[in-house]
Amino acid sequence: MRYIPNSKEEMAEMLSDIGLSSPEDLFRSIPEDVRLKNELNVTRPLAENEVIAEMEAFAANNPAAQKTSFLGGGVYSHFSPTIVDNLIQRSEFFTSYTPYQPEVTQGTLQYIFEFQTLVCQLTGMDVANASMYDGSTSMAEAFLMAQRVTRRDKVLVARTVHPEYLQVAETYTQHGDMELDTVGIDEESGRINADELAKIDTETAALVVQSPNFFGCIEDVNRLAEIAHEAGALLIVVVTEAISFGMLKSPGSCGADIVVAEGQSFGVPMSFGGPHVGLFACRQKFVRQMPGRLSGVAYDKNGNRGFVLTLATREQHIRRDKATSNICTNQGLIALAATIYMETMGRKGLKEVASQNAQKAAYARKQISAIDGYSITFDSPVFNEFVVTAPSNAADLLEKISDQDSILGGIALTQYYDGHENDFLVCVTETNTKSEIDRLVVALKSNS
Amino acid sequence: MSNIPDNLKYSKDHEWLLVDGDTATLGITDYAQDSLGDVVYVELPNEGENFNAHDAFGSVESVKAVSEIFTPVAGEIVSSNEDLNDTPEVVNDDPYGDGWMVKIKMDNSGEADALLSAEEYAEFLESEED
Amino acid sequence: MSIKKVTQHPTQNEALIFERSQTGRVGYRLPELDVEETPIEEIVPSEFLRDDDLEGLPEVSEVDVVRHFTRMSTWNFSIDLGMYPLGSCTMKYNSRLNEKVARIAGFLNHHPLAPEAESQGALKLMYTLQEDLAEITGLPGVSLQPAAGAHGEMTGVMIIRAALDKRDGEASKERRVMLVPDSAHGTNPASAKLAGFTVKTIRSTKDGFTDMDHLRELCDEGGIAGLMLTNPSTVGIFEKNIREICDAIHDAGGLVYMDGANMNALVGVARPGDMGVDVIHLNLHKTFSTPHGGGGPGCGPCCCTAELEPFLPVPRVVKEGESYRLDSDQPNTIGRVKAFFGNFGMMVRALAYIQTHGDSGLREATETAVLNARYISHFLQEDYEKPFEADPMHEVILSHKKQARKGVHTLDIGKRLIDYGFHPMTVYFPLIVDGAMLIEPTESVGRQELDTFVDAMKSIAKETIEDPDLVINAPHTTRIGRLDEATAARKPVLRWKPDMETSAKSA
Repeated sequence: MRYIPNSKEEMAEMLSDIGLSSPEDLFRSIPEDVRLKNELNVTRPLAENEVIAEMEAFAANNPAAQKTSFLGGGVYSHFSPTIVDNLIQRSEFFTSYTPYQPEVTQGTLQYIFEFQTLVCQLTGMDVANASMYDGSTSMAEAFLMAQRVTRRDKVLVARTVHPEYLQVAETYTQHGDMELDTVGIDEESGRINADELAKIDTETAALVVQSPNFFGCIEDVNRLAEIAHEAGALLIVVVTEAISFGMLKSPGSCGADIVVAEGQSFGVPMSFGGPHVGLFACRQKFVRQMPGRLSGVAYDKNGNRGFVLTLATREQHIRRDKATSNICTNQGLIALAATIYMETMGRKGLKEVASQNAQKAAYARKQISAIDGYSITFDSPVFNEFVVTAPSNAADLLEKISDQDSILGGIALTQYYDGHENDFLVCVTETNTKSEIDRLVVALKSNS
Repeated sequence: MSNIPDNLKYSKDHEWLLVDGDTATLGITDYAQDSLGDVVYVELPNEGENFNAHDAFGSVESVKAVSEIFTPVAGEIVSSNEDLNDTPEVVNDDPYGDGWMVKIKMDNSGEADALLSAEEYAEFLESEED
Repeated sequence: MSIKKVTQHPTQNEALIFERSQTGRVGYRLPELDVEETPIEEIVPSEFLRDDDLEGLPEVSEVDVVRHFTRMSTWNFSIDLGMYPLGSCTMKYNSRLNEKVARIAGFLNHHPLAPEAESQGALKLMYTLQEDLAEITGLPGVSLQPAAGAHGEMTGVMIIRAALDKRDGEASKERRVMLVPDSAHGTNPASAKLAGFTVKTIRSTKDGFTDMDHLRELCDEGGIAGLMLTNPSTVGIFEKNIREICDAIHDAGGLVYMDGANMNALVGVARPGDMGVDVIHLNLHKTFSTPHGGGGPGCGPCCCTAELEPFLPVPRVVKEGESYRLDSDQPNTIGRVKAFFGNFGMMVRALAYIQTHGDSGLREATETAVLNARYISHFLQEDYEKPFEADPMHEVILSHKKQARKGVHTLDIGKRLIDYGFHPMTVYFPLIVDGAMLIEPTESVGRQELDTFVDAMKSIAKETIEDPDLVINAPHTTRIGRLDEATAARKPVLRWKPDMETSAKSA
């Protein structure tokens, strides 16, 4: 095995040095009756080029990866500068562990600190942690945190939040004292149904809203914050398309108390859904109720500035069953990718990329709405996603244009929402050229 | 050797009590602060909260440990030491003085009498060391 | 000739990116907008638009960014640099081949909501990995969805909870006690709580095993939902009574969850499914070498018995004829634990690891990992206290007992190791050993490097006697010394602001 430095001869010598005669002797402490008698039934060892060939064969069976795509819904195709993937492959980053020993992990601790700062700047919040698994688990953790902060047990979630996020929250909260309730959709605007907000009461820990929401519609976060705060509840804002931070008013400046987001758009490949990175930010006064790791400034005795993991008493390795979360491993390397992305794009780039998304989506929306038989389902302003009502069943239509035109035209809403058979969600990013958009329009037109 | 003032009462959870009529001032002992190491955060109850004897009323954190603080007597919190929010290190520097934690109005001041004297607490510490 | 030294080398003095920022610098270029531009307020009403002009975000060039991260990277220790003996963390070699195959365009550019029929390659890969993990653990039901170890633990105990609720109905309410050994990872009790269990702690014996008498006593108290057991335990010893332990829990009506953090001691040698374990999580970033990445991403698959399979998270990847399908129609499932299907990129790497090793290589890795630990244990037991008699498996536990008499503690020994070119071992874990030092060499270390490590540890033991201050003040070779963590926690500064430096220093 080429990854194992010792030769068979060295191994035999080492065994003899410690008074053993065969490798089997190493396992004498395992009772005979639970020891495996035969070799594992897995493949024989493969050579490097054989592994590559196997993997290429799997990948070749993902034809969707080659097609022009207008898929969004929580995972987005964006440009990533070459240096992002290049820098995260430095040994010092990808083959190191959680920075528990600050003297030999300052590289990691400093980029986490920069990541925390960038997340705060974009979300408009005071503090951010070193990352969560993804947007969906980040949201579930926010629910639990709101319960701890307010000591209230009810959480009201807009049904315009990503349906898979909601499913994850249901799993996370099914055994506690938490009661999850949803607020419906306004079928005109595609936003949260304001009439149902009367559900909010003095038992409500948090109101949860996504903006831009699952349909791409921008919610009136300011107003929702006022409504939540009037009832003494927190407002949790969820963002699945992080590129929108470059253009839309930050949730923090709209009054959000906790902001959770999916950071995949920041230079991270789609990779069939992961690994991505969860962002988690909140107001300063809640910092001790936060889940996850935090990097903070510290000085050595010579006054040199460094960084350490701090406020660790919140975490499971110290507080065990009373910890703020069970999270240990987070998404370190993906947080690094996002950090490099945010810094490379910088102040100007984050604005420009957001603007290009909005412009191209606006163009596509206009072109599609002009096709006979097609309409834009909701009348709210959008960022880079919008719902289209087709003249016929959307799932069938999408399958057809994928086969005929090699275009993934969107996500049929029926897989998540009843009563939307003809509706599909279209996402347009800076990576979609005008000619791709025009091809989509032609494809839709030929099926009107 | 840890400092154990004669005028105080002590619990086996390493809290001290200074009794004044039906009110007691409460903190952690010199031994407790020394075992904890650098105190970085103290969480204390609000005024008006009630506790039974042996309830945890707050916690003390060092960099890598959390310890609950128990009240040896039942009663109502009449005051919490808010200065500890900004300067938790006072618990290390002056555990019996500025490092006090709460004042509690005792439901039954007799409870305090049953606690350890300075001498008894010193013996208790010695027996713990063995 | 004399060499003039600059006051501080640039690599030692890399500021925060925000401090490096210069107005007007740009590090990217996008293609020009190719659609007709609409005034932005016509797209989004101005009340929803950002009005802070992203003030404070960095403005840097591409070269600035590359130098920034390259310089900071030199402040990290890494597996590629040398032995990284963190016990329990399994810092083994991360192959470049795995990185390469995970970056094949057909994986990277694949959207999770692409049609199933056009995702057959990805689904087949997941199914193949599921089959391999089932074979390795002896547990046939597999979900790859959990994102990390603790996430897999949560999934595992929620499966137990769902299975008991289904089996006992209302009576299950009386069964809410999860037993956790005092040596367990902190994630175990934290995960148990998320599934609504109350944790009771089982003592360890002085030999480092689960205390069978105490276990039976706790079982007799009733209400047992299950046990969360790490095997080999966190002190690196195989639980010789594993069968009896599982029997006792089953007799008490509970189920056994195994924390697979130490599975790298067992792959190809013994299978949890054959020991009586009902459900386990694996850490692909430990046992199967998907990189730790400075703290993640991980991947924490859950493997379980056929009886528990209906409770696994959805969607499940299933095979029908020659095609693969995502199946969400599972009425008894605990639900979804993560959006989409898990950390797919880590699954690719883990499968490449399994294929590269193959049947014989997986066992060879286990043998070598255990041999390396035994070798260290053999040569260090005179210099450091070895708190337990039993032979270690893949990691060795020592304590600072001998050195503490000279005022040198575990932390100091760990920090001094840095000066010898090694990353510190895991310190002060598990909690049942005072001044614990948990050393896990892994199979990725050759004999010479093990000898060098042993020599370093022996040398530190000697320094402890001859010059304890040398050890107490270590490390002496790093860019910064030990940091004042107490002040950092009292007045936390968790983000950069223009006046950060002054406010942090005044703290």
